[in-house]
Amino acid sequence: MGDVYKIAIVGSGPGGLSAAAHAAKLGVRHVLLERTDHLSDTIYKYQKGKYVMSTPDVLPLRADVTFNAGKRETILDAWNKQIADVKANVRYNADVTAVNKDGEIFKIKLADGAVIEAEAVVLAIGLQGNLNKLRCEGAGLPLVQYQLDDPDEYEAETIVVIGAGDAGIENAIALSKQNTVIMVNRSSEFARIKQGNLSLITNAIEKGDIQCYFSAETHKIEEKAIILQTADGQARVACDRIIARLGAAAPRKFVESCGIKFPNEDRTSLPEVSPTYESNVPGLYIIGALGGYPLIKQAINQGFEVVEYILGNPIAPADQPLIERKFAGLKPATVEEVLAEIRDVIPVWHSLNPLQLREAMLDSEMHVLKTGATVFKRNDYTSSFFTVLRGTVGIQIDANDPKKMITLGPGAFFGEMGLISGRRRSATVVTVGDCVLFETPRRTMLKLIGSVDSLRRTLDQVAIMRQVQTHLAPGVPVADLMELVETAEIQKFKAGDVIFAQGDKGDHMHLIRSGSCTVSMRVGGKDVVLSYVPSGNYIGEMALLSDMPRSATVKAAHATETVCIKGESFKTLLERNAPLKASVEAKFRQRIKANEQMQKQPEAGSIIEFLIAQGVGEGTDVLLIDESLCVHCDNCEKACAETHGGISRLDREAGPTFATLHVPTSCRHCEHPHCMSDCPPNAIHRTPGGEVYIDDSCIGCGNCERNCPYKVIQLAYPPDEKFNIFSWLLFGKGPAPGEAMSYKSKNGRDDHGHSEKTKRAVKCDMCKGIPGGASCVRACPTGAALRVSPEEFMSVTTLSG
Amino acid sequence: MHESILIYRKHRYLKWALALAAVSAVIYLIDRPLGAPNGGTWLGYALGTAAGGLMLWLAWFGVRKRRYGVGKVPLEDWLSAHIYLGTALALIATLHSGFQLGLNIHSVLYVTMMITIISGMVGLYFYVSYPRLLTENRRGLSTEVMLGQIAELDRDVRQIAMATDDATNAMALKSTQDTILGGTALQQLRGFDEHCPTTLARQFVESSVSSQHDAQRRQLLTRLIRKEDLLKRIRRDVQLRCLLKVWLYVHVPFSIAALAALVTHVVTVFYYW
Repeated sequence: MGDVYKIAIVGSGPGGLSAAAHAAKLGVRHVLLERTDHLSDTIYKYQKGKYVMSTPDVLPLRADVTFNAGKRETILDAWNKQIADVKANVRYNADVTAVNKDGEIFKIKLADGAVIEAEAVVLAIGLQGNLNKLRCEGAGLPLVQYQLDDPDEYEAETIVVIGAGDAGIENAIALSKQNTVIMVNRSSEFARIKQGNLSLITNAIEKGDIQCYFSAETHKIEEKAIILQTADGQARVACDRIIARLGAAAPRKFVESCGIKFPNEDRTSLPEVSPTYESNVPGLYIIGALGGYPLIKQAINQGFEVVEYILGNPIAPADQPLIERKFAGLKPATVEEVLAEIRDVIPVWHSLNPLQLREAMLDSEMHVLKTGATVFKRNDYTSSFFTVLRGTVGIQIDANDPKKMITLGPGAFFGEMGLISGRRRSATVVTVGDCVLFETPRRTMLKLIGSVDSLRRTLDQVAIMRQVQTHLAPGVPVADLMELVETAEIQKFKAGDVIFAQGDKGDHMHLIRSGSCTVSMRVGGKDVVLSYVPSGNYIGEMALLSDMPRSATVKAAHATETVCIKGESFKTLLERNAPLKASVEAKFRQRIKANEQMQKQPEAGSIIEFLIAQGVGEGTDVLLIDESLCVHCDNCEKACAETHGGISRLDREAGPTFATLHVPTSCRHCEHPHCMSDCPPNAIHRTPGGEVYIDDSCIGCGNCERNCPYKVIQLAYPPDEKFNIFSWLLFGKGPAPGEAMSYKSKNGRDDHGHSEKTKRAVKCDMCKGIPGGASCVRACPTGAALRVSPEEFMSVTTLSG
Repeated sequence: MHESILIYRKHRYLKWALALAAVSAVIYLIDRPLGAPNGGTWLGYALGTAAGGLMLWLAWFGVRKRRYGVGKVPLEDWLSAHIYLGTALALIATLHSGFQLGLNIHSVLYVTMMITIISGMVGLYFYVSYPRLLTENRRGLSTEVMLGQIAELDRDVRQIAMATDDATNAMALKSTQDTILGGTALQQLRGFDEHCPTTLARQFVESSVSSQHDAQRRQLLTRLIRKEDLLKRIRRDVQLRCLLKVWLYVHVPFSIAALAALVTHVVTVFYYW
């Protein structure tokens, strides 16, 4: 091999093959070195039929290979064909053992002794080629494997899956269909996994399909067994097979031997690269997961870009046109100038690195508004977050007097209360003068709050101040609240957690900023629920003011966040502020009266308890049925089916009943919808009116169905054609009104009666777009069906009994 | 929003119906036609037109009920009005006839219409009183859950019965295999089954159980008693749900018959004018 290649690419994963395809297209002399005898070994070894996602959706693909979300097999077939079509020069079974720079030329040694010479080298080896292995005694025995191709290959075996990450769980679930599966989880719970997988595995463990050892580590492996070190001592588990999914790390030894430096000794650290993906060794480039970009689409784009960079073409990132279009309203400023301005002006965004800021802005919407425009209205159900780049906005703090406003200038943010609580917007916001605003969706904000600590801190401080101002001390100047806010802290509670208990010393109070609580009292040895307190209210002031022990127990009805306020600072505030003291005292008296009344009718408290157990507390609009009026005609279900393509999104009969109050299986339109938490195509939205709905981009993955704790989402085939009522009555055409489709009809279905189209998730959308409101309630002939929101559901408690 | 159809919107439709009936009755009482009051006077035609129009409108309810997601007025308004105005129809049609009934085609209309109205009243009684009974009978369990519990009890019964003598075993097995729920419309409406194999098995075991060490038999008995109770509740459930529907099998066909008779009535009246 005397020839010198212009580019040698190591690794034929998405990044490597995209680079090779582009080099081939441009006619650059190149070679693609692949250790195995097929392309893209990592994806090749994905579980058979695995659905591969194409996130991030907003990022356009720029490459000479295609990539759409789909089945593993489809994607690999396309790549194989495209690599063959562009006549890329692939060398299979080429295991690279060393890359050395000799003058201006790289010498690449292969395991078979061959040496390849190139002017530039692209390392696209990813991390999966270097899987983490078990290190205990017996790890080399043949029953241990680190990958799983086709779970259907195994039958009636006892299989131990080690590693509770996404890969391990996906394997365990698939294997559990025809095998006995035992999971080994090093920690006491499943953390850092996709929400969909979490509910899958918890379900499987609850149902007994999978057995799981928590807080357990592998001690030793024997011929037909594994010995685990658990909290209760050693356990011997007989098994036929062990699948260890322990993640992967950079093949550090090899990378360092190429001359590349790592920033620190951390096992998970990755080498640093320049904006053109060049490492500290000139001419040696790193793309894909090894360079810190683990997503397939990113790697494919980088493959394209790196070839351009090597050829000396400084092309802009693939998302440039998108972000240019986004910032078009600010012309003639360039994208770089706008991004710099954002970082300078808006402190919240200051702590993001350039790449994070760019991604955040790609997700955000830029609004250029004239003076007097409404940004959002009070009582809207939106949860996005706004930042002000230029101009001023006014927050109308008094619903009755739009003139009363607090103004916010450049650099400020607003809308964080809707973001945190998930309830209706508490005030209308209008522009005062021409404005440039950025609207960032809740999903993006949550990701950033989770990953950027300083952003979370900045947000929290301002949010606490505003929450105190809105819900506790309206009209009190900021200076007077400083002490109270500085000593306040945010506390989180899970469903059922006790926030404080009856008899406790009352030295602090809580302002509920998200979620809701129940207040209960022990009467005659029994807990009686006295009231339900939604977010935006404060609790615990009674004991604080009277210096008495807590008179009641407060529990979180579901996931709840409170601002915990120190008693001393609150008392000081009250002393300084007479009107506030009067209003708190008034509430105090009102509460004593209300508690007295509730104690007289304990059955009302039981109904609150029942409704909260059914998730009504976290719902914003819940369908209830008064069984003393329901004649079981199912007209509600029929109405739902008729207005939603033949598939009813509610099951009247199912669901629990208390006294004569029935909670049917139907969407509660939660404050923080569980279904929205893990939707790959981001197809679940919330309208300003509060309705949670699924749009046409649903891919039918079923995550939402699994994530919904109330089982109100189903996967269904697209509907059949319907005829009008007289055609059905007289000629028997089509299904009856309200009847589900029969899957026997032919249009668009295969031999098994299944639709050629995929199943889609369907759920109640509150008849969004149908004038007059929810069809189920309107079609109830006897008035048994009713919809309530948590604010009004206390009134329902008088229905029953 | 949330109230029974009878008191809906503060009796709005009851007031409408009463007003309509009162106006008709007052005019009927002051009107002095030539000869006896009958359908051929000016008032007879007016009342007849009103009654015919009402019948058409009442029948339209069947269509309106199946039109979902349209119309501004909730179905509860329609049903409330349907009930009260339907009742008023009985009076208006009677006044229209001038209390003249005979063996003729016109009386066919009157009779079918009255059967429809009376069956509707029966239905209303069912609608108002049975939902609460249904809920109380279920005690918070759905039919599906109750059936699930029966299946579980059956499994137990089969297992326990294996350790008993042949006669007991045979009776227990019969209970698990031959117990019937539902059946024909009549069986469903009766709400009980005096030949229920579970009852027979329970009686058999009960009569033979003793205070001696006979754990199996006692276990079997408790299972059978529980199953019998569940069966009773399901049969009652089926019966009540059947009653909620069965009146419609009279109401709907007779309303269509009444419509046909109405057409005949109108045509013959004008043909022989």
